[in-house]
Amino acid sequence: MARTVLVTGASGMLGRAVADLLARRGDDVTVMQRRTAGGRHRERLGDVRSRADVERAVRGQDAVVHLAAKVDVVGPWMDFVDTNARGTMYVVEALRAQGGGRLVQVSSPSVAHTGRSLVGAPAAPATPMRARGHYARTKAAAELFALNADAPDLPVVAVRPHLVWGPGDTQLVGRIAERARRGRLALVGRGTALMDTTYVDNAAEAMVAALDRADVAHGQALVVTNGEPRPVGELVADICRAVGAPPPRLRVPTPLAWGLGAAVEGVVAVAERVPGLPAISQPPLTRFLAEQLSTAHWFDQRHTREVLGWRPRVSIDEGLARLAERS
Amino acid sequence: MSDVRGPARQHVHGPAGVSTQDAAGLPAPGVPGLDPRWSRVVDAPDADGVRRGWHVLDTGPLLAERGEAVVATLLCVHGNPTWSYLWRRVLAQAPPGWRVVAVDQLGMGFSTRPAVPRTLAQRVDDLDGITEALALEGPVFTLAHDWGGPVSLGWALRHRERLAGIVLTNTAVHQPADSAPPALIRLARTPALLDQVCRRSPLFVRATTALSLPPLPREVRAGFAAPYLTSGRRAAVADFVRDIPFEDDHPSRAALERIAEGVRELEVPALLVWGPRDPVFGERYLADLVERLPQADVQRYADASHLVLEDRPEGVDVLWRWLEETLGASATAYRDHAEREPGGPRLPVRVDLTHPDRPAVVELREGGRSVSFAELAAAVDDVARGLALRGIRPGDRVALLVPPGAELTTLVYAVWRLGAVVVVADAGLGLGRLGGALRSAAPRLVVGIVRALALAATTRVPGERLRVEPGGPELEALALLGRGLGAGRDGAGLPGPDEVAEDADGAVLFTSGATGPPKGVVYTRDQLAAQLAVLRDTFGLAPGERLVAAFAPFALYGPALGMTSAVPDMDVTAPGTLTASALADAVRAVDASVVFAAPAALRNVVATAEGLDAARRAALAGPRLVLSAGAPVPLALLEEVRRLLPAAETQTPYGMTEALPVATLDPTTVGTAEGDVRGGGGKGGVCVGAPVAGVQVGIAGLDALGVPATRPATEPGVVGEILVRGAHVKDRYDRDWARQRASTTPPGWHRTGDVGRLDLHGRLWVEGRLAHVVRGADGPVTPYPVEDRVRGVAGVETAAVVGVGPEGAQQVVVVVVPALRAAAPARLLGAPLGGAVLAPAGVAAAVRRAAAPVPVSAVLVRDWLPVDVRHASKVDRTALADWADGVLHGRSPAGRLRRLLPHGAPRRRSR
Repeated sequence: MARTVLVTGASGMLGRAVADLLARRGDDVTVMQRRTAGGRHRERLGDVRSRADVERAVRGQDAVVHLAAKVDVVGPWMDFVDTNARGTMYVVEALRAQGGGRLVQVSSPSVAHTGRSLVGAPAAPATPMRARGHYARTKAAAELFALNADAPDLPVVAVRPHLVWGPGDTQLVGRIAERARRGRLALVGRGTALMDTTYVDNAAEAMVAALDRADVAHGQALVVTNGEPRPVGELVADICRAVGAPPPRLRVPTPLAWGLGAAVEGVVAVAERVPGLPAISQPPLTRFLAEQLSTAHWFDQRHTREVLGWRPRVSIDEGLARLAERS
Repeated sequence: MSDVRGPARQHVHGPAGVSTQDAAGLPAPGVPGLDPRWSRVVDAPDADGVRRGWHVLDTGPLLAERGEAVVATLLCVHGNPTWSYLWRRVLAQAPPGWRVVAVDQLGMGFSTRPAVPRTLAQRVDDLDGITEALALEGPVFTLAHDWGGPVSLGWALRHRERLAGIVLTNTAVHQPADSAPPALIRLARTPALLDQVCRRSPLFVRATTALSLPPLPREVRAGFAAPYLTSGRRAAVADFVRDIPFEDDHPSRAALERIAEGVRELEVPALLVWGPRDPVFGERYLADLVERLPQADVQRYADASHLVLEDRPEGVDVLWRWLEETLGASATAYRDHAEREPGGPRLPVRVDLTHPDRPAVVELREGGRSVSFAELAAAVDDVARGLALRGIRPGDRVALLVPPGAELTTLVYAVWRLGAVVVVADAGLGLGRLGGALRSAAPRLVVGIVRALALAATTRVPGERLRVEPGGPELEALALLGRGLGAGRDGAGLPGPDEVAEDADGAVLFTSGATGPPKGVVYTRDQLAAQLAVLRDTFGLAPGERLVAAFAPFALYGPALGMTSAVPDMDVTAPGTLTASALADAVRAVDASVVFAAPAALRNVVATAEGLDAARRAALAGPRLVLSAGAPVPLALLEEVRRLLPAAETQTPYGMTEALPVATLDPTTVGTAEGDVRGGGGKGGVCVGAPVAGVQVGIAGLDALGVPATRPATEPGVVGEILVRGAHVKDRYDRDWARQRASTTPPGWHRTGDVGRLDLHGRLWVEGRLAHVVRGADGPVTPYPVEDRVRGVAGVETAAVVGVGPEGAQQVVVVVVPALRAAAPARLLGAPLGGAVLAPAGVAAAVRRAAAPVPVSAVLVRDWLPVDVRHASKVDRTALADWADGVLHGRSPAGRLRRLLPHGAPRRRSR
């Protein structure tokens, strides 16, 4: 049964993959983004921060996969609130206004992460007050808002893919490769923290599964990963090898990294507040990042797989091979 | 009948308050773990017919409210200075249909404070009164602690028509004559101190809850102290201590003695739950009760103290399971021989006299002796009579801490001759654990060399002591004593052949306890006889054969098998001290046909073979059989042994302390099929051969979560827990009802804790320990097969597979030890980061390929793998998993700080 589906934030790697996958199987896909991306799909230019833009895009859609978000590590708090929390609110309200529809709210495991190691963890409830950093807090609020709207005519599934990567990824892969090439890539600690990641195709298939199974999965937040955690040092080195960059040679002890992160955050905060100084959009290290890189993050995928009737089809090794092919 | 009042006032006295008309009341709300709905005040006549207010906890009203019919009642009596609060978990966990009644004794808890102190006899009468008022229904079980024990037993003796069973926790009915009363109680009872300690100050009340191991949460201790906040309310605490009849002319003496003797007549099922680290009612009081209640099941928690159910809350689950099953009258005795087929071959545990004049024991050490079978049999009778003179009776336990040789052999057969029980522990357990093991067995007599007796003293092993040194005069003296008694008549003063029951206990042995403390394992005489027969039949051992006994447990069987035993010149407690020359000398001395030796002994024999002269080398060509058990024996080592003893088969029986042998195999004779044995037809693991005659092996298949099935199957290929049954499998775990129950489901089978499978030829393959199975999202992964495959990776010397993460979502981690390792092991493998524990990319990839289809999340490198204490050959995968978990956690700075704190220091328990 073909649906009309709106994909927001389709200019990113994951959004594009979701839109492509939906279109490939015959759904009627519309994508919404700020600037034209020249893709194969019907485009509705607009900004999720604008209620009118969102309403116009959502109108007539059976379902929305909402990916648009501000994912930066630093930046003014209100920017995150506007895009992540308000944007989601507009999407929910637009769906409700038109009498319903399915919503897949793309979230992140960081919405429930308070800094401790996650070892085979289930999906904990989102905690806007305790999550780390602007991104995680506003995404936590957004997820709560979306799940709160869950209703028979508006089934909502929150999907939290963890560290999505793949060919064409400007976030994780792009930054690692860029830093490695400049010789500025360092490992925090011994690089042994066990880390779950998600190959992009698997994440996209999980989104589509969530859309299809919204009748059973609605009202839940589901963490999605490859289910193959690896030591972070090994993953980074593997990604470097795949993209032809030198593997990391520097090591920063965890406490030092944490201290450096704190210092960097201070500098960024000053830069943001003092007029005339250039804003720093991609700081080399923050406390959040130091913590993320030195504590285990992996999840119990049994519930997700059962509810979604989905399993990752591309293994980490296969994913790395595809990354190498396309780099 | 019962007059149930609403919430009554609690009178609180001032500092000078004298306890007189203090009425019963209810505990203030908010005591942790206490449900206010259980609490009420009930009036009942006391021993003298005076109506008193009792505070009771009673689930009866709640059952009535829910419309549940009462199927049985559990009557709980606390001791001094606690109150019914002690039983809160018992009430909370009561199964449907069980009414639990826990009273506060008069003067105690929140019950009335009578003006005059109560005696034991009165307290029993008092309990009668309140149980009448409460109208107990159905069969009644009693549960008691501390001085509540005699009170509850006094009640039990009067209500035998409805008494269904008794449960006692750390209590006493009798002060053993040969020992002093508990020092703490004696101190508290010093007249000058008593009032000060028990009444004027809360010292005794607070000290009791301070005994808990680990410490109780503060709120719980406050809960225990709540009824005893003022000296007026503590009067009965002091009175109770005064009422302990240490003196012969004490008013309560007669009552206690009546109860102590009456207990012997109770034939109802009994459970004793004990914390032996109790400074008041320690080990010897448990022994006293076991003697009075021989039918009792025992659940002993080695590290628990006086408040045993506080220290080990899981004891409450155990006692409920026991109560439910006892009530269910299924009366399943959790003995491994239940449902086991009787009959089958047996060989009695006594000295075989087929060849009376041949040597039975030949000691090769300097000054060693040679004893013939006839001499041995005579010495056994004499020593047995000597032991009888020292008060040893059938069923008594005698710990033997004497090195192998003529003395130990004589003692073992003498103890059996008496119908008593040998307790054999091995120094390989480590000294501290050896002491703990012996303490748990509670021997009546400890026979040992001076060093062993010193150890027994420092580790507080109970029982009398008897020193026996190898070659010393002590045993001869004991024999002389016995010989006088026997006055030349055969068997005089000793039980006849049919006087000792077959199912009487025969021996207590100990597991190595690679994980946790050593566990006592009890064999009946019949099971020992069956084991002898299995050994004889499996290995074709015949009277007249000669055996070199370098492996303690089996070596003791020589005389019963009619085999001459040569004890080589070595430190038998350290198997690694057997040299090739010492072995050859022993073989030559008796023209040995069989050698029993531990793997570590064989390793040293091979290592010292260079020094053999021609004569000795020739002697080693004699033996037809080498038996080695106790730990896995590498094939390469066995092949070396065969080069040294060219005529010998090398059998490696598989089994455990609880069941030996289960299967056996000579790995060196598999020849061309060797690849089959090592590779396992693609499935891996260790082939241990086909089950020996008389042993049934079943596999309890693992489900998706790695939990073994309840019933065993025998289809080839099913991977699961290995279950065995046979006439020579253990009777039970000693004084550990819960473990025994778990180990013998279904009844008659013993759960080995190993996992493995049967192949098409009926051979058994071991794939690891059940506890080490990795329980992942895609089903269980057994360690050995993956390890086999990974060991084939170039550059890897050895490997271990462990799981990290929560059960059901665990990830497989492979820890490898590189073949080349020196100062910087990882660098030799080409690791990019100095000292890294992550395997370099190439190795990690190769290990993953080898492990496929099992997914591996991380490959870590170590210089060595932790191994067990006793055999130094079993990888301690539990410790390794902890290590891997720590490494892969990557800890936050705060977490690192926490790890620096002393191990296990601030641990809070849940209530």
